[in-house]
Amino acid sequence: MEDEIRIPINADEDLVAARAQARAMADRLGFPRPDPTLIATAVSEVARNIVMHATRGEIVLKPCEDGVRYGLVVMAIDQGPGIRDIEAAVRDDYSARGGLGLGLPGARRLMDEFEIESDADTGTTVTMRKWRFRDELARLREERRRRG
Amino acid sequence: MSVAILRQGAYLIASVQSDLSDTEVMWLRQELAERIGKYRSRGIVIDVATLDVIDSFVARALSAIVLTAKLRGAETVIVGIHPDVAIAMVQFRLNLQPLRVVLDLDEATALLDRLTRRDQKDGG
Repeated sequence: MEDEIRIPINADEDLVAARAQARAMADRLGFPRPDPTLIATAVSEVARNIVMHATRGEIVLKPCEDGVRYGLVVMAIDQGPGIRDIEAAVRDDYSARGGLGLGLPGARRLMDEFEIESDADTGTTVTMRKWRFRDELARLREERRRRG
Repeated sequence: MSVAILRQGAYLIASVQSDLSDTEVMWLRQELAERIGKYRSRGIVIDVATLDVIDSFVARALSAIVLTAKLRGAETVIVGIHPDVAIAMVQFRLNLQPLRVVLDLDEATALLDRLTRRDQKDGG
């Protein structure tokens, strides 16, 4: 299994590399269409979130597995001011500092799992996972299995 | 630069060549608004066939270009959204209401012909 890739995010031009690397890793891990595009779009949003709110940070891409499934994990890490109200940040109508309120809730809908850890001292880490499913039916079965 | 703007009669055709940075998206918006006046363009075609991600920033910028062009007297048609990108945009729930979208360049110019002819009739 391949190693992680870290992409420094310091300016909006760095989003281009982040999207390209995310797509390339999704392709290498065997994600079917349209998943590489969904992943690249979600990465674009969390990377932009870094540029807008923290100025600098990094995107970490790596394969993941949980014994049954394989997937890709994306972490967006910054040491910025933190997100005061995480619940609000992933709500559809929220737009802090004139930012793109759509970004985080949109990214969450494109991925299978989405978590935010944030505080004023250490900054923000967004962790997203996408599991490799053959098709939508397999995805629904997996959701049911996980709910028990 | 990964955007080229060509002039074809009364229309401007903007072709996006690859992945766009945010700066290039903003350049495109500014440049189109200026060239509409310079060339008296009645219509704009934005070809996004090679664009492999349309995220919230690009979607908003496209909507902004449509509205800016309208205030400058031109109609805009978007061409060639990749099927995977279309799926992502729907799942993202991007608001795409201002966008007029067709599949290829011929359809785009045909639609612009209809739209700008109707405008002229309404105006006169």
